[in-house]
Amino acid sequence: MFNYTFHWHQALRALPDMLWGALVTIEVAVLSMVLGIAFAVLLAVARMSANRLAYGAATTWIEVARNTPALFQIYMAHFGLGSFGIHLSPWWALLAGITFNNAGYLAETFRGALRAIPPTQTRAARSLGMGPLRAFWSVVMPQMFRISFPPMTNQMVWAILMTSLGLTVGLATDLAGVTQELNVRTFRTFEFFALAAVLYYLIAKAVMLGARLIAWRLFRY
Amino acid sequence: MFDTALTLKDLIFLAKGAGITLAITAVAVLFGTLLGTIFGAFKAQASALAAAPLTFVLDVLRSVPLLIQLILANAFQSIAGFGWSPFTVACVMLSLYTSAYCAEIVRGGIEAVPAVTRRAARSLGMTWAQDMANVTLPMALRVALPGWIGLTLGVMKDTALVLWLGIIELLRSSQILVTRLQEPLFILMITGAIYFLISFPIARMGGRLEARWREND
Repeated sequence: MFNYTFHWHQALRALPDMLWGALVTIEVAVLSMVLGIAFAVLLAVARMSANRLAYGAATTWIEVARNTPALFQIYMAHFGLGSFGIHLSPWWALLAGITFNNAGYLAETFRGALRAIPPTQTRAARSLGMGPLRAFWSVVMPQMFRISFPPMTNQMVWAILMTSLGLTVGLATDLAGVTQELNVRTFRTFEFFALAAVLYYLIAKAVMLGARLIAWRLFRY
Repeated sequence: MFDTALTLKDLIFLAKGAGITLAITAVAVLFGTLLGTIFGAFKAQASALAAAPLTFVLDVLRSVPLLIQLILANAFQSIAGFGWSPFTVACVMLSLYTSAYCAEIVRGGIEAVPAVTRRAARSLGMTWAQDMANVTLPMALRVALPGWIGLTLGVMKDTALVLWLGIIELLRSSQILVTRLQEPLFILMITGAIYFLISFPIARMGGRLEARWREND
């Protein structure tokens, strides 16, 4: 059945290159997550505000992010923005696409979390003399992050998986891109991508473990 | 500004791509749900040790990027000499991918049925199969359906990745038009609108269903 000889040593020899690629993957995922959280907080607040312009803009962002493929969003950043004279490199297009996607999904998570926090918390903070921003920043937001921590962990894993889409806009430095570069040079598709799959799996598991450690450290009374 | 070289024929070309997207989605969701229900029911019933191999495989399917899975499946089928078409590879891989997520949804649904309810059913003389069919599944369905709708939409969006295998689905057909007409923004916006039109009404329906069923809990 297998008229094929596996050349695993070739893939293993390329492991250092792929590990450097994995570093780029993690870098993009972490950046997209940090930026995504920042945008998502703004979107969640805007979506609950009475300002119709803010509400409309936030709703559009969230619904587009949630109802179109992530790959489409990356294409939009890479090819679509060119019509406005903005030419993003694959790395920036990938980051922009994933950030847009993360922000849309996290905004809904945060909105749900904000609804679960009793309004008396804000009122108590305000009556202690805090300003509205101060009350949100010091009292509401920490609770919001705590409630939405598990979905945020999932989103982080999603962000890692989504970075592999950089391949389709020609990013050659992340894990998937490096693997593809090696693949077109050697045509050992299965070996190289199997190794990449193992690395992605380990990264995803590391993220889950890290999240559990952070949760254990942060969320104990 | 509103000048475009896009013709009706090109729109039909896009619609055909959307048809392929929907076809792959339908196959993947159908087989993924069947497999996922079996896996999920098994995971809910069997001990953690007995389910460990299955849990690991499903975990891998959820922790490795779908694009890498598709590339691997395609490479594997040519190594093994199956001679499958890219369409078949895409359907098989997406079905497995769907089943991994569906198993978790089904398991969650079954475990949401209180153990006492199931024991009561068994005490009334129902067999395991009767308990499953008449008591557990109807109750589990309510818990699982919103998640399942979300999964279906997720798979629909994830089918965009099969363009890497050379299948001309919606996103790939838009790329072909972009290459020919050089109007990336306009064509991508139409493509996004098509995805949105497929996804948004179903997502809204799912959300409404979830809210309505929560009232009765």
